Amino acid sequence: MPANTYAIMAEFETAAATLHAAEKVHEAGFRNWDVFTPFPIHGMDRAMGIKNSKVGWFSFIGGCTGYLTGMLMIWFMNAYDYRIPIGGKPMFSPFAAFPPSYELTILFGSFGALLGMLFLNRLPRLHHPLLKNRRFALATHDRFFVVIETSDVKYSDAETRRLLESLGSRHIEWVEE
Amino acid sequence: MAESPKTVLTEEQPTLHVQGPPAQLERVPLVANNRSIGWISDRIAGVIEGKAPGWWKICFGISVTFMTICFAMILYLMSTGVGVWGLQHPVMWGWAIINFVWWIGIGHAGTLISAILFLLRQRWRTSINRAAEAMTIFAVMCAGIFPLIHIGRIWFGWWLFPIPNSYNIWPQFRSPLMWDVFAVSTYFTVSVLFWYMGLIPDLAVMRDRAKTRLRKFGYGLFSLGWTGSNRHWSNYEKAYLILAGLSTPLVLSVHSIVSLDFSVSQLPGWHTTIFPPYFVAGAVYSGFGMVLTLLVPLRRLLKLEDIITVRHVELMCKVTLATGSIVGYAYAMEFFIAWYSGNPYERFLFFHNRAADPFIFGPLMHTAPAPYWWAFWTMVTCNVIVPQFFWFKKIRTSMLIVFFLSILVNIGMWFERFVIVVTSLQREFLPSNWSYYSPTWVDILQYLGTFGLFFTFFLLFLRYVPLIAIAEVKGVTPQADPHHPLGGAKQGGKH
Repeated sequence: MPANTYAIMAEFETAAATLHAAEKVHEAGFRNWDVFTPFPIHGMDRAMGIKNSKVGWFSFIGGCTGYLTGMLMIWFMNAYDYRIPIGGKPMFSPFAAFPPSYELTILFGSFGALLGMLFLNRLPRLHHPLLKNRRFALATHDRFFVVIETSDVKYSDAETRRLLESLGSRHIEWVEE
Repeated sequence: MAESPKTVLTEEQPTLHVQGPPAQLERVPLVANNRSIGWISDRIAGVIEGKAPGWWKICFGISVTFMTICFAMILYLMSTGVGVWGLQHPVMWGWAIINFVWWIGIGHAGTLISAILFLLRQRWRTSINRAAEAMTIFAVMCAGIFPLIHIGRIWFGWWLFPIPNSYNIWPQFRSPLMWDVFAVSTYFTVSVLFWYMGLIPDLAVMRDRAKTRLRKFGYGLFSLGWTGSNRHWSNYEKAYLILAGLSTPLVLSVHSIVSLDFSVSQLPGWHTTIFPPYFVAGAVYSGFGMVLTLLVPLRRLLKLEDIITVRHVELMCKVTLATGSIVGYAYAMEFFIAWYSGNPYERFLFFHNRAADPFIFGPLMHTAPAPYWWAFWTMVTCNVIVPQFFWFKKIRTSMLIVFFLSILVNIGMWFERFVIVVTSLQREFLPSNWSYYSPTWVDILQYLGTFGLFFTFFLLFLRYVPLIAIAEVKGVTPQADPHHPLGGAKQGGKH
């Protein structure tokens, strides 16, 4: 292994081979590893042992915030700070305040989903060792990569390489830091 | 698994020998001719990477000219006043609000395709969702212009936002017009978020293919460092699902709230409980019309027939037929309720001021023809009769006829809004106030100008952003399925 190595990268050509490889790498007990694919592969989360995403919580909290913001804003504006009497109607009614609050629920919930996704993925990220690798550019085209980081406690030069070879990868290389 | 045979097609390799599941279990492939997943990237990215074709330059020139006209008309309106439009008592809501509702309705198909069809697991949507969402965003931009400029004193446009004015008075939230501000601005923002999130993996595709430093930097910046990591995909897919789940009630609420602008009032022709669902169905109907108008020529011009197949066009025609029929039913129901309610004003409006033509129904009802009978019957022809042609497979699969009919759909939906807005206002309760409304040249150029704005943005979108969701289309090919022989699975679907 050359010095300054970030990870070992094994290339696969089909979705099934990648899924199979991911199952085996997961069974072998690695922790700092990942699979890179041009599109999400059905069943990969289970093969890798990834738990259900937490994005939903961000969206839920965003949505609740939005609804409360809408209701409180309208109450504050039309019933508290500057009361506007219109046709003998109540100063504040949850029914008239509902449509804007509903829209704000969706607005904040959507921001929660997008920003939550970016936060959980630690994006935006302008630099990544894999993005310097020429071969890795195919990960957005038609190839599949299994990458095991050298920082993993289970990692060993010869053993890990042998494991990836036994899984059918025909192209294995080390990725520079 | 070591020897995976070359099982997928490339341009040079036209045959395929793979033992698939039995024919009756195999789904119709969404990408025709069994293209490889690499081919999908090459084809879609190739649209951007090649030189701009001649037709693009011509269309862009025309669009920019009309966009300039759009801004010139706004400037003329601002400098002179709303008198330059054809508005006069009692028709104080004319083309501006018609165009607003028309454009925003068009946007609805994009969200229906991206969100509702996603929740319904309609995998064919992947070929058309990106372009349809772009259409949504640009259509909402065009729509947003009209409420801003129709308020007369445009420099007070900020009164629409929740900011206190100079007397510390806040906007009044019991008015549906304020709900509309929130609905439309939320709709625009969420559409942009959804569209951009779908773009992230595809911008990464463009980044990894980029030949020039500028492209690499630009696409690299906007793809946010996307690597295609499965841990990222996991969060991404969840966020996508949630955004689809949020956009679905959003899109249904937006046109409902637009319809409340009318139906909360006390005017015959507007004061109708059927309006929200009827407006939403009409919006989706007109939006699919616009998607067909845009994509039927584009799939040919950009050689995307394998990705946007004839089957895709057929399915879109079927949605148009379904929503068009709902619209037709709503028209019938409006007339039924106008008659059944026994309300003389409602009856007068629907029967005497809309449907009474000079040839058949007018004479039958012993009434003079309605001033806008031609607008009403254009609407009925385009929205009730035209979609019924889509029952026939011969018509759904003939691209030229589909294109022609899709334009009629858009014309019909414009006239629907014209009929709703103008005929309800123009003969009001006092006959001495009756008048005939007609647009001025400024109204007409303003409307044509928004087409310039729309197409300028849409053509730029075609040149700089993948117009089809590359990663999503790859994901629905058999090669993406690890249990399919083309995805590398051995016999019996075991991986």
